[in-house]
Amino acid sequence: MRQVLGDRKTIAVLLAPALICYSLIMLAPMIWSLGYTFFTGNPIRGFSFAGLANFDTLLHDPKTGQALAFTVKYAVTVTVGQVVLGYLLALLYVFHLKRSSGLVRTLVFFPVVLPTVAVSLLFQKLFAIVPQDGPVNSVLQLFGAESVNWFGSGAKAFLVIALMDIWRSMGFYGVLLYAGLVDIPDDVIESARLDGAGGWRLARAVVLPLSSPVLISALIFSINGTLKVFDSIYALTGGGPGSLTSPLTLHMYRTAFAYGDYGYGATIALTLTICCLLVTVAVFRGSRKDLLA
Amino acid sequence: MIIKTARKRRQAVLAGLCALGLAVSLSGCGGDSSSDQPTGGQAEFSFLGMPENTTVGSVLSTVAAGPCASTVADYPLKSSSQPQASYDQQLQLLAGQNALPSLIFAANTPSLAIELHDGGYLVDIDQALAEVGAAGAILPAAESVLRSLYGGDLFTLPAEFNIEGIWYNKQILADHGIGLPATWDELTAANQKLADAGVQPFSVAGSGGDGWNVTRLVGNYIFRSLGADALSQVADGKAKLTDPGYVAAAEAVSAWGQAGYFGPAPTAVDYATAMNTFLTGQAAFYYMGSWALASFNDPAQNQIGADNIGFLSFPNVSGGKGSADQVPANAGMPLALSTAGYGDGAKAWLSCLAQNYGTVALRDMGQITGFRVNDPVADLPALTTEVQDIIANAPSSVLWFEALFSAQATTTAQTNGGLLAEGSISGAEFMDAVQADLG
Repeated sequence: MRQVLGDRKTIAVLLAPALICYSLIMLAPMIWSLGYTFFTGNPIRGFSFAGLANFDTLLHDPKTGQALAFTVKYAVTVTVGQVVLGYLLALLYVFHLKRSSGLVRTLVFFPVVLPTVAVSLLFQKLFAIVPQDGPVNSVLQLFGAESVNWFGSGAKAFLVIALMDIWRSMGFYGVLLYAGLVDIPDDVIESARLDGAGGWRLARAVVLPLSSPVLISALIFSINGTLKVFDSIYALTGGGPGSLTSPLTLHMYRTAFAYGDYGYGATIALTLTICCLLVTVAVFRGSRKDLLA
Repeated sequence: MIIKTARKRRQAVLAGLCALGLAVSLSGCGGDSSSDQPTGGQAEFSFLGMPENTTVGSVLSTVAAGPCASTVADYPLKSSSQPQASYDQQLQLLAGQNALPSLIFAANTPSLAIELHDGGYLVDIDQALAEVGAAGAILPAAESVLRSLYGGDLFTLPAEFNIEGIWYNKQILADHGIGLPATWDELTAANQKLADAGVQPFSVAGSGGDGWNVTRLVGNYIFRSLGADALSQVADGKAKLTDPGYVAAAEAVSAWGQAGYFGPAPTAVDYATAMNTFLTGQAAFYYMGSWALASFNDPAQNQIGADNIGFLSFPNVSGGKGSADQVPANAGMPLALSTAGYGDGAKAWLSCLAQNYGTVALRDMGQITGFRVNDPVADLPALTTEVQDIIANAPSSVLWFEALFSAQATTTAQTNGGLLAEGSISGAEFMDAVQADLG
């Protein structure tokens, strides 16, 4: 085997099909999209070279700034919600429910397999105010409060979006982190307990450090997924009211496909890619420091 | 040394093959430059409709099975549909591949339709009608609206011809002793009287892109206060929406929102809910186009009775340059023929539609179109006849708020319409946002 894998020709032959497929499917469109950032136009009126004009527009476009701010706010809020609640669920599965956690895990995981649009419609109805009050407003009225137009302001709409996406995906992170927690050897936990550690001290001094690799993975999954959020917001609020809940992806989509400016749309996409890259690198570097400390 | 040279040569060949493969694949993605110019003709007559609009598809099926059965038999109708919200994106995608169907709706945004026409993707209708011996099939009033909407060119067919205005519930106004308002101030006073009595004065849709229902009020206020050419001056860059006269229009609508005339949550109300609110007697006024006649004349939807609905032309603004005689008009979603699908089949269909579309749409669907009605239709509902009379007697018409704006400004206006109706943003903020997209 060593002789076979030591031959460069063999390596090239084995790697080439996957590498070519990957290049064609992933790299070529990315390079193509990067090229668009220096052009303006669309397939109907054609493309013309624009130099760095799209980047200049990017720096001075208040809508992009607003969308970037919303994206960051959403990513931080939902990532914290997903990972913290997911971790708490994982702790519940491992340390409290133990072997009888199967049913609870299945139930909490269930929203993950539901179509995003169906979940969005469900939350629209839950928080409806017209033509009839939805269950949430009905409960508010039960306690003497007035009905709230949940989708009438950016802040309230953000609350519903964050709630929906945390509810929808915390089951996934619960299972992901559960897989990391069950890998912690029982004897380590036992010896910590014999040394007098319990409850919070056990979690902070033993469980948290030993589960940090999977926690970092969950964090990277979550932050990259939330930075690229599109479908749930598009289906729930359409970016509204106005453009108060428009993330970068929706702004990019509208710019390219509704306003017919592929070049500027690609520039927004590049911004998003750089954001994902920077955050991933920052999380990695942060985790390494943590491990070295 | 020899081994190293051979290895380098193999690496160079491998790298060259990879580069060639990538280049071939990329050039494949780029398409054939010889197919850039749209030309065409198809054996079938393809139509890309919208699920929101069932009228056009029904009329096409009816004429294919009836009056045009023999002439279009060789070119069967093949219909598909794309939701209105993503229709423009689909048109751009298909045009980019030179694969537009024979008959399409001419885009939600007029600026995109102009772009398609300028790119050679749409057929010039006046020439095409003359070619099939159907010149004069389009009513002059409808042709005038289409030309003013699309920069003077005629490349669309008026599958609808609508007037817009304020529909009112006669019973509610009578119950509260309110006469027909002739000015904006009188309408505001009527709204206040209704609001004081616990009746929702206006039904509007302001959810997402349905905010056009609100921006229509802004646009008409501008036409009445600043004159019929006020918005074309904005489009031409001679005036700005942030000028005081324009801002006053948005402030007037925002003031209605703050006073609660549009109900408690306009941003949560979509098109169907707003229509239902009016047709179930929960609001006194409703701004809408005459395409709503289909719902007004449908007893299953209209619980207040068709006889109980009246039409009020958008009122004057005191001291304004415009007049209530200038009726807001549009051609709904006009149709267009693509050059990619324009052949003998499309010509046969065009000839058929020119002769029969107006009659079939009015007779079977109660839809007033911009086509000449060649066979008189009897027993029309009273409201439909009233609208026909208004169209026939209107001395001039005006377009709507976003008609001459870019796609970006249109989206901004329509998605912020709900916030304006809720009074959440001021008129100045609304106009600032739209003007920013106009440049």
